[in-house]
Formats: sequence, structure tokens, C-alpha cells
Amino acid sequence: MMREALTGTRIRDRRIMVGTKQSELARQIGISASYLNLIEHNRRRIGGKLLLDIAGALGVELSALTTGAEAALVATLREAGSGAAMPEADLDRAEDFAGRFPGWADALALSHRKRAALEHTVKVLSDRLAHDPELAASVHEVLSTAAAIRSTASILAEDKDLSPEWRDRFHANIDADSRRLADSSKTLVGFLDVESGEAAVTGTPQEEVEAFLTDHDYSFAALEAGGADIAALINDALQLTSVAARHIARGVLERMVADSARVSLGDLSGAVQELGLDPPALAARFRVSVPCIMRRLAAMPGQGYGLVVSDRAGSLLFRKGVEGFVIPRYGPACPLWPLFQALGSPGQVLYQRVRMPGRQDAMFDCFAATETTGHVALNTPPLMQSTMLVVPIPTAGKGSGPDPIDVGPACRICPVADCAGRREPSILSDGF
Amino acid sequence: MGKHVLLVEDEANIIEAIRFLLSREGWEVDTHSDGATAVETIRARRPDLLVLDHMLPGKSGLDILTELRADPDFQKLPVLMLTARGQARDREQAEKAGVSRFMTKPFSNTEVITAVRDLVQLAQ
Repeated sequence: MMREALTGTRIRDRRIMVGTKQSELARQIGISASYLNLIEHNRRRIGGKLLLDIAGALGVELSALTTGAEAALVATLREAGSGAAMPEADLDRAEDFAGRFPGWADALALSHRKRAALEHTVKVLSDRLAHDPELAASVHEVLSTAAAIRSTASILAEDKDLSPEWRDRFHANIDADSRRLADSSKTLVGFLDVESGEAAVTGTPQEEVEAFLTDHDYSFAALEAGGADIAALINDALQLTSVAARHIARGVLERMVADSARVSLGDLSGAVQELGLDPPALAARFRVSVPCIMRRLAAMPGQGYGLVVSDRAGSLLFRKGVEGFVIPRYGPACPLWPLFQALGSPGQVLYQRVRMPGRQDAMFDCFAATETTGHVALNTPPLMQSTMLVVPIPTAGKGSGPDPIDVGPACRICPVADCAGRREPSILSDGF
Repeated sequence: MGKHVLLVEDEANIIEAIRFLLSREGWEVDTHSDGATAVETIRARRPDLLVLDHMLPGKSGLDILTELRADPDFQKLPVLMLTARGQARDREQAEKAGVSRFMTKPFSNTEVITAVRDLVQLAQ
């Protein structure tokens, strides 16, 4: 019993809705009331002419009896079974199960949805834990400032013979430290405030810049037109609260202006139509570097391409995320990313299809290339940056193309069990 | 035992408060703020007591302490470690590295002065 199973339930619902008695409908379609009763309770298969007759008697389209909200229920049950490593043969009986035990099916689906929600929460909290170094620095800042205030305040309160000079000095110190404490407390709350949503969580300069760019959808039409004032843009940005964030944002915007002067988005769009999504060919067309063309592709509105830039130390300098491709905020990312492979092959453009573990095992086409940055000087090692364009593969396209390699976000929050690149155990494998 | 203390700490206002407190107690107080060069400074100034912050720029207090304890000249130097990291694991690591007293921030002035007095007595 497959999809027909729930058809019985739908027939029963429709019959009751139109106010027809079971015996009346049975008479109209020429079967016994007891047989219709079995059909309505999903105990008998139904299809073909009989189903058409029932649809006609109830005055509904056939599709109204063969599809419906139950499809979502069955999909959820299949997902739950798949997550429990249930064999395919058993997964195929999800609809049968839903038809025979609708109450249990609803309960299982609800339980699965709750589990998915909890997994999401765990993922968010895991991400928070993955930020340990920044969190530790933030806590240290708060406690150190509190220590300075406490110590200074005690001196002021207990030492009655304090000279006016020292008293003034300590008062000034407390004033300065109390301001620092207010700022660092806000930063700390920002780190821990999961409830207010990930987009609202800022705390580091890099996160401030990401919030700024995300709010602009990584697109600045005025800059593209060549008429915008970068300083004014930065000054007006409420997201950029720290000096460091404004500094980083200025660098990003300046490079955006320089790139747009070489390759306009309009010209690029036309070239992509002609040449396809081929970064080396596009770079040759515009006589720019492949990383430059990848930055421009990532800046194209509505395309949904991600971009990651790293230096040779592995620090992620720029992150434009794509749904399903998890980019860690702190600490090293997965060493298997083509981004890092490209650092070992300067001048070569790498292409690799990757699969990121997750609830949907999303797949992406990644292009990566390295370029030198900064000034070139005699006997001075060049500074290198690797750039990776991340192109989501639609579900329909997953079956074709090259075989993907499995990559993760970062070891600490990666569930892949056997991985040669693993640097540390994943917290997701121990009870999560 | 003399009364020369070296305070290795990077928070300017903590330095000022502790310097004031210990000076009032009769200590000669030297300060140093950089973790990377702290060991050289300690070796050069040879204090009677070291007050050492845990998280310092350049090199952690734990690494500084480990390096010092490997030197026979500084194996008995009383070291009071100040830290914002107060978990049992941090305390164990500090004790393993050879800390004499471990104090978490924010501390009270009385705690600092008492700890310094205790360490001086133990060293004598």
C-alpha cells in the first residue's frame, strides 16, 4: 500500500465535507458500504476507474484525492526514517504507516520536526562554542576591567589619607574603566545573545563588516556607478561600531570600486551568457585576474554565489555565505576546501565539486585561485591571497557532473567521522 | 628576603592600583607589560616576588612560568598568578607549571596583599 493509503483518508474527509453518507456514496459508485469503509480507512488499495468514480461522485478533481497535505507528512516520515538509517524498502512504506496509524504518524512527524529544531539550536550553540578564542578574550576584557575598578574603588573607599593627586588619578581611572566595562559587556552579550537571531549577533570587527555587507546584500549600486563616497557610506553604517570594522570595510569597498572599474556588472552578465560560468575564460575576456573575476561574479545581484578569501595563514579575510555552505566565523576552516588547495598551486585555477554535510547535504561547484597582494620587493616573500567562488548546485543538478568530495565547515563542528584532515574531535559526535 | 616585586600585567589601571597598594606596603614595585619579553626582564631584574597575569600579549603567563621554572635560578621564585580564567582546569595547569598562588579576577585588594605577605613568609 503506497500513495493509495492516504487516498482513503482524503476520500473520507471529502465525503464528510460534502455531507454524503458512506452508504450513499457506496451506492452511487456501485460498491458495498463495508468495502468503502475499508477504503476510507486505508485498508484497501484504490485506483483506476473506481477512484475516478468516487472523485466524480464527490465533485472533486482526481488530484484532490491523490495529493494533499499528507504528502508533506510522508516526506517528513521518510526524512525521519532516513535519519535513522532505515533501509530504502522500509522508507517506501512511510505512506503505508501514515495511512494505518495516522495518529502515530503525526506524533512521529512532530517529534522529528522538534528534533530538527533542536539540531538547529545545537548548531547555533556549537557555532558559539567554536568562537572560544573571541569569547575568551571578551570575558577576559570584562573581568580585567572589573578587577581594575574593584581594586581602585577599594583604595578610594578605604584610604582616608589619599593625596588629592592620587585621588584624582584613581577617579579618572574608574571613569575610563567603567566606560570600557560598558563596551566590553555589550560585546559579551552580543556573543551570547543567540535568542536575538544570528544576524543580530555581532561582536568582532569581521562580524560587524559582514552585518554591514549583508544588510546591503553585498551590492552597492552607487559604488558600481562610480559616484559614491566610501567614507560617507562607512560613517553612515550603524553596523560598523569599531575602528577595526570601519578599517576592514573601507578595504572591502575600495577593492569593490577598483574591481568595478575593470569589469562592470552589465558587461560581465553578457559575457557569462556567452562564455558560461567559466572564471578563467571570463578573466581572459576582461584581462583581469581570476580572483578579480570571481569577486565580480559574487557581486552580481540575484545570483547567490558565495565568496571566501583567505591569506596564507588560513585566516578568512572575506566571507560571503551561501545557504548550506557553512563558513566558520573563527578558527581554521576545513583544510579540504579548494580555497586552501589553491594556495599550494599559485597560478592554477582549481575547480572542484564539493558536498557539505548537513541535513540536505548541499553541493557546490567551487573555483579557487591564488594571487599575490601588496608590494613586490627584492628578497621579500610575496603576500598571497586565495579566493574561492562558491556556486550552489540545484537539487536537480546533483546527479550530473563530477563526483563531489566531502568537505566540512570546521573540524569542531563537522560531523564527518572518518576524515584525514581532521585536526580535533567534533563536538557533534559526542552525544550531539 | 628583599622587598622587590615585579608585576607583569598589561592592564594599565590594574598596574596602577597594585603598584599603589604594594608600594604602600613597603614594596619596591617594577612593572612590565609585554609577555614576549617578560622572561628576559625577570632574569634581568631578579625580583623577590613575581605577580604574573595569565593572558598577556606575546606570550601567556603560563608559558612564562613554565620557562622560568625550567631555570634553576627561578625554581623557588614566589609567583602569584592573576587570571580571568578561573576554571579548575586553568588552576590545574597553573599548578602543574609551578605557580605559588593562583588568584582569579576580579580580586580584592586584601586578597592580593594577604597573598603577597603569605608568599614572602613561605619563601623565608
